[in-house]
Amino acid sequence: MPSTSVADRPRFDCRDAYVATLSELAHADHRIVGVVNDSVGSSKLTSFRKSFPDRLINVGIAEQDMVGVAAGLANGGRIPFVSAASCFLTARALEQIKADVAYSNHNVKLCGMSPGVAYGELGATHHSIEDIAWLRAIDNLTVIVPADPIETSAALRWAAEVEGPVFVRVSRMSVPQVNADDYTFTPGRAVTLRDGDDVTLIANGTVLWRALVAAEQLEAEGVSARVLSMPTVKPLDVDAVVAAARETAGIVTVEESTIVGGLGGAVAETVVQHHPARVTILGIPEFAPTGSAAFLLDRYGMSPEGIAASARDLLRHD
Amino acid sequence: MTELAEAVQSHVTGHVTMPVLGRLDPHASRAEQVAHIAEAARQIRVQDLKLIYHAGAGHIGGDFSAIDILATLYGAVLDISPERVTDPERDRFILSKGHVAGALYTTLAAFGFLPVAELATFLQPLSALNGHPNRTKVPGVEANTGPLGHGLPVAVGHALSAKLDVSLRRTYVLVGDGELQEGSNWEAMMAASQHQLDRLTVIVDRNRLQQGATVKETNDLDPLPDKAAAFGFAVVEVNGHDHGELLDVLSSVPFRPGKPTFVIAHTHKGHPISFMSNNVAWHHKVPNESEYHQALTELEKER
Repeated sequence: MPSTSVADRPRFDCRDAYVATLSELAHADHRIVGVVNDSVGSSKLTSFRKSFPDRLINVGIAEQDMVGVAAGLANGGRIPFVSAASCFLTARALEQIKADVAYSNHNVKLCGMSPGVAYGELGATHHSIEDIAWLRAIDNLTVIVPADPIETSAALRWAAEVEGPVFVRVSRMSVPQVNADDYTFTPGRAVTLRDGDDVTLIANGTVLWRALVAAEQLEAEGVSARVLSMPTVKPLDVDAVVAAARETAGIVTVEESTIVGGLGGAVAETVVQHHPARVTILGIPEFAPTGSAAFLLDRYGMSPEGIAASARDLLRHD
Repeated sequence: MTELAEAVQSHVTGHVTMPVLGRLDPHASRAEQVAHIAEAARQIRVQDLKLIYHAGAGHIGGDFSAIDILATLYGAVLDISPERVTDPERDRFILSKGHVAGALYTTLAAFGFLPVAELATFLQPLSALNGHPNRTKVPGVEANTGPLGHGLPVAVGHALSAKLDVSLRRTYVLVGDGELQEGSNWEAMMAASQHQLDRLTVIVDRNRLQQGATVKETNDLDPLPDKAAAFGFAVVEVNGHDHGELLDVLSSVPFRPGKPTFVIAHTHKGHPISFMSNNVAWHHKVPNESEYHQALTELEKER
């Protein structure tokens, strides 16, 4: 247990870990290439382009082509990391992700940059709150939502090593480190960041640290909250979810995405089939109004105080 | 017994009659090659007709439009063989108009990529031979196509990989003309030109018909040669049913160093069957018994 609150730790933009790790992987393996839709700057890939000018393929503002090209590169033995704003990558090229990557089983890594409400004031066109729900419905695609730079790097290293389609969300909104320095990513496995037996908070991505701070606040009130980090939304760690449903009064899920069909949906589907329990799903319920990412997360009950309040509500109705 | 063998055994196989044709020795004369491709295309049509008649489904119009192109590619152009389907240096052929899977499977079987007997499972429950091709189940298939406008971007990606590898392996992609209404093709063509992918050849099956009407009535493509040239391609037009022309053109790419090639193959849907040819009704119509026998008779006369 850290002596100070998670909230007081330094903050990091996970895109920095992304480019550092991708460059390291590319140095070690010539098969790795980047594929972008003019998203060099927004993916923070300028230094990668400098190191590997021939291995950053910019197809221009053309997402369908970008994902199809990545599938073709994989067919030719390359390991393409597609880096593009998650809103455009997943919405504009969804059929290419389904047919050319997942169904064709091409070894493509899809990296959804600046997901969720990271683009804040740019509005709902640029928010990517639906990506997890869409991609979770596609067979043969692992869906990962890392919570900090450590997990972002670890997930990328795993993705580079495994043969097959992977989607990794790469956060833009700054987050504190929540995983240990020696963390290793295990696909499909939850990580218990705090143990507890009154209530369970399940979160990933940029809001995981907020759940940890909520647990600190609940602890001060004598409520013991378990915090499960759930970096892999698909395949979900069914055992960890069922154990939480069985051993605590209920589950609050927290995610920077729509409340329809994302992490909350996955947890609810699991609980209702294996061990019915109360589940509260926190997320973005609508086309969000104008506001910064932090403002919007707070607005939809995902401040630490809001998450703690949802946990208390759930316990009151127990 | 393998799953495949079981699947084959559990199906009626009497309608699977095509011999394995294979390729001629590469030193055979052009005339011998052309004659071999012509006979292969005829045999493939006979077998494909039987598959569709037996399965009660399929896209016979587009199949017959594309078969001469497929037979030429697999019969004499592509640097691939059944023993080399995973060789990184093989040429790639991507069938973007995935609904003519029946023509592709029959062609693959004719040249030894899958057992001819397996054709009996076409469209049957649990068969590998789905209505659209699946690369994870059928040797020789490079991409799971079906939704239109997907093959050309994948082909561009493969051609880019070859360029990165400084490899001479070639990429061929067959697209329908109606399919070119999908914008993704034009995104990919811009990228192909930008990256000077001159080992990439786009072949358009220019039969001028789409599902329910002519391309012209629906969303016209003309002037297609000018459009392709404006997108940076070297454009060549051929009779898509003339095996000699196809062989000469498809084995001579690139025509302009630094430019990808755009081959407009003028074809007829349903070719050469008298009542199917250039008839929009035969997009995915299944012949009745008398039509089936008439078509077989006409194909026999082509010999």
